[in-house]
Amino acid sequence: MNRHWRLETDPDGIGWLHFNHAGAQVNMLSREALEEFATILSRLENITLSGLIIRSDKTSGFIAGADIKDFRDMTNPAEAESHIQRVHALFQRLEGLPFPSLAMIHGFCLGGGLELALACTYRVAEKSESTRFAFPEVRLGLFPGYGGSVRSVELIGPLGAMKLMLSGRSLNARAAMKIGLVDQIAPDRQLKAAAIKLLESRPTPRQAPLLQRLLNSVPARHALAPLLTKQTAKMVNPAHYPAPFALIEHWKSYAGDRSAMFASEAKQVARLLTSETSQNLIRVFFLQERLKSLAADSTFIPNHVHVVGGGIMGGDIAAWCALKGLNVSLQDRKAQYLSNAINRAYKLFTRKLKAQHQIQAAMDRLMPDPRGYAVAKADVVIEAIFEDVSAKQKLFSEIEQTAQPEALLATNTSSIPLQTIGDALDHPERLIGLHFFNPVAKMQLLEIVHSDDTAPELVNQAVAFARRIDRLPLPVKSSPGFLVNRILMPYLLEAVELLEEGVPAGLIDQAAIEFGMPMGPVELADSVGLDICLAVAEKLAPVYHLEIPQNLRALVKRNHLGRKSGEGFYRYQKGKKIIERRSAQYHLPNDLTERMIFRLLNEAVACLREGVVDDPDLLDAGIIFGTGFAPFRGGPMHYIGRGGLDSTRQRLDLLEQRHGEQFHPDAGWANLRSV
Amino acid sequence: MNANQTYARPVYVVDGSRTPFLKVRGKPGPFRASDLAVGAGRPLLARQPFSPQQLDEVILGCVSSGPDEANISRVVTLRLGCGERVPAWTVQRNCASGLQAVDSAAQDIANGRADLVLAGGTEAMSHHPVLLNNKMLAWLADWNRAKGITARGRHLARLRPDLFQLIIALLHGLTDPVVGLSMGQTAENLAWRFKLSREEMDSFALLSHQHLAQALEANHMDEIEPIYDYAGLLYEMDEGLRADSTLQKLASLRPVFDRPVGMVTAGNSAQVTDGAALLLLASESAVNKHALPVLGKAVDTQWSALDPSQMGLGPVHAMARLLQRNQLNCDAIDYWEINEAFAAQVLACLKAWRDSDYLQNELGIDNSLGSIPEERLNVDGGAISIGHPVGASGARLVLHLLKTLQRTGAQRGITSLCIGGGQGGAMILEATR
Repeated sequence: MNRHWRLETDPDGIGWLHFNHAGAQVNMLSREALEEFATILSRLENITLSGLIIRSDKTSGFIAGADIKDFRDMTNPAEAESHIQRVHALFQRLEGLPFPSLAMIHGFCLGGGLELALACTYRVAEKSESTRFAFPEVRLGLFPGYGGSVRSVELIGPLGAMKLMLSGRSLNARAAMKIGLVDQIAPDRQLKAAAIKLLESRPTPRQAPLLQRLLNSVPARHALAPLLTKQTAKMVNPAHYPAPFALIEHWKSYAGDRSAMFASEAKQVARLLTSETSQNLIRVFFLQERLKSLAADSTFIPNHVHVVGGGIMGGDIAAWCALKGLNVSLQDRKAQYLSNAINRAYKLFTRKLKAQHQIQAAMDRLMPDPRGYAVAKADVVIEAIFEDVSAKQKLFSEIEQTAQPEALLATNTSSIPLQTIGDALDHPERLIGLHFFNPVAKMQLLEIVHSDDTAPELVNQAVAFARRIDRLPLPVKSSPGFLVNRILMPYLLEAVELLEEGVPAGLIDQAAIEFGMPMGPVELADSVGLDICLAVAEKLAPVYHLEIPQNLRALVKRNHLGRKSGEGFYRYQKGKKIIERRSAQYHLPNDLTERMIFRLLNEAVACLREGVVDDPDLLDAGIIFGTGFAPFRGGPMHYIGRGGLDSTRQRLDLLEQRHGEQFHPDAGWANLRSV
Repeated sequence: MNANQTYARPVYVVDGSRTPFLKVRGKPGPFRASDLAVGAGRPLLARQPFSPQQLDEVILGCVSSGPDEANISRVVTLRLGCGERVPAWTVQRNCASGLQAVDSAAQDIANGRADLVLAGGTEAMSHHPVLLNNKMLAWLADWNRAKGITARGRHLARLRPDLFQLIIALLHGLTDPVVGLSMGQTAENLAWRFKLSREEMDSFALLSHQHLAQALEANHMDEIEPIYDYAGLLYEMDEGLRADSTLQKLASLRPVFDRPVGMVTAGNSAQVTDGAALLLLASESAVNKHALPVLGKAVDTQWSALDPSQMGLGPVHAMARLLQRNQLNCDAIDYWEINEAFAAQVLACLKAWRDSDYLQNELGIDNSLGSIPEERLNVDGGAISIGHPVGASGARLVLHLLKTLQRTGAQRGITSLCIGGGQGGAMILEATR
């Protein structure tokens, strides 16, 4: 009995193979589905058909890829390799069927799904924005392992195929057609007809154009591979992300020989899959899935969001919500304060939505509302005005009077305790924090801040709202700095401290980047604005006993506020950092990286002890998605665990002896054994 | 048959908004007609206790929408987030299209077809199309048919400069195709017929600006909602006001239509403008159902027609019939609005109104209707100072007159417009207490 696949033959002798993975929203090539596919293949090999069409019965799309759960905790390369070889054999049997096969594709066609489609003779795709082709393996520290690295190169040539596999980026139907990944595209209403017609006419299967095939020759490969490597090294560090470089090497060495290339693919992907990098990235993938599935059962469906405060944060929050299809009203005290926000929104929409009618629709959804008409219509009201307690209290007591009784009242404050603002409300239990990060359109994390007063149902609603606007919700307890800013601050201050000791800014940043941070702490401080950093530091310092280095105060006093003022720790020309020559003689302190990272780790332990978040995984997720903390390291708590709890703790003790009490281990280290 | 019945069920005007009226500066302005209507409609709907999906229909007046705005009312309805199920239609009665929309909405409410209607008008005169002439279209069609280099070459040689003559729809629209006169020339006709002087006309124009300036000062224009273009530029105020206008300056302007000796100038004519005005009309049951605050009541409307070359007198014809039918005399009207297409035209209306010969001959009215007190006419300025986006003005007048009644505690007003092609329209509005 088949659970996932269903084979039917129509009167014209075409076999229709329907894929409908049991117990899942999307089709995945799980082990079980692959095993069943093998039995289907045996049947197909024993019947005569005029052709086979493989299609998905899921509305979400064709096939979203392998089931990543299968790859979790895979540590044995030999086991991984033999799994890959089994799939290779399966897809080769599909390829070898005595009649043509065709993948009829709508929606997602990713990773293993795309590799299955590539093993078919033809591919027809729905002409729609929701049709998406991609090889996302690189994001998990892998490259395509079900024959994708072989067949994509054969079909569209090495340049297009490598670009697809190295970037992980997705293509819509039109773009896939253009590079030859699919044979034909057709609107939904014509998809079946197009597939049948193509099978009946049986054109010669596509292959890469001659010029592209020539690029697969030995001399071309040896000339091209170093260029690709160089290009890729500009984007990622091979020490952190080996997969793209392994892919280039794999192509360079074996592209001429099909069976050698399959063998190499199996070997290389198995090696990568069982590496720590890949396992950590898979961990991050599941952390993300976990955040996405929080409050999955919530019935809260927000339609209208009212944002008060037309500054950068408020304006960008409003624009983002409108981009994601919500009706949004944006209020500020005077009409002219909204100008900048409208302009930024238009730029965002132009960047994200290509079609003019979609841009117009997004602009129409975003209503400038200087008179605050729409408060009463809102399901969510978000306050994003300046950080002033009494202004916020006054605003919320007004909002409470006009808003619908069931509307979610939210503040975007980063420094004022929720309880303090809530004091102004008749019903403080209605208030929640929605702490967005700057830039809103880029930062995925949204801290859902709750206090003891907050009604638990509200947290669920806020999480549902975060999902509605495609952000990753992280419930955090209201305490100064919440999670992300609090953990980031000691790390930033340590960097500033190092500057004060005379370490060049460039070297500090380089050290952090080499650790895997997306941007060095000094440049990050400059980008956020030193005035803002100082203001946050001053709020957090008394609570968490932080020392604020004098040079930070001095710069702010001189109005050197970072990128926005043209000078901070670095100097900037037209918003671009001026890179200063470093003196070659400078000897780096050998604990430079540790000093920054261990301050961060120590604060993470403190947060966990205080229960700012519920568990170490949520903490890791928050820090990775909120700060970009080296994803391939799996998050701070995971990093501590991998480094060995005792030896990590000993390093910290050593740092304390050497540099003072800012490295004094938090009491929480004692509880960590249970992790 | 009497098409001018007093509304059978009460028709309430609940609320209204308009955009600032933006001067046309030669090139297409920042807003298309649908953008303007969305700009006026969004805040209006946002402050209502019901959802836009609950509207029964949307009716907009628009003389000429853009090529991508066919049935502009439906375009606007969808853009306003009314969902897919609110029907919408567009009406066109030239300069009174906005009033026509309000009347059509009122009729649908009065006869029970609708309870909640969004109605008004929008016009982006700066976006009125510029067209290729027919000779050019013919040339292009033949070009597509010409095959081969020689045929194409020969065809190219047939290009003549006059083929490139563009048709500016705005100018054509402001010219009567039947009598061959521009709207300004019909105003010159009235000035001549009623022996108006240039000074009278300029003084009237000056008064319009002074009235508007006072109204702004006193904050009587709160129906204007700010709008933003996509660059984020804010438009908060009407742009037509010339606060520094003087009689001397107005006297120095040259006649535009009967050059060089005429009297109608850019200074004593309505300004070519982009803008939109929207109103929310409701039946009694809708008012009760949603507990809507009511601005006032639309009582009755009259449409009349006359010689197209005298079109500016249309308001006299429409208002006279309307007052008669409702058995009202001038004393019963607290505030008057006559759309200021031209100073000459409004002044001619005032004279005709007092002229028993005119009333007798043209309207068959024996008795005088009384006189229109000028201090109760266009009290907050008019199209000469505010501007005249042709499709929107009628709705602006209804809205502002109701606001005036509410502000002053007055009972009844009448609003009217002259209409290119030789028509007039008028509506009686009442405050509700």
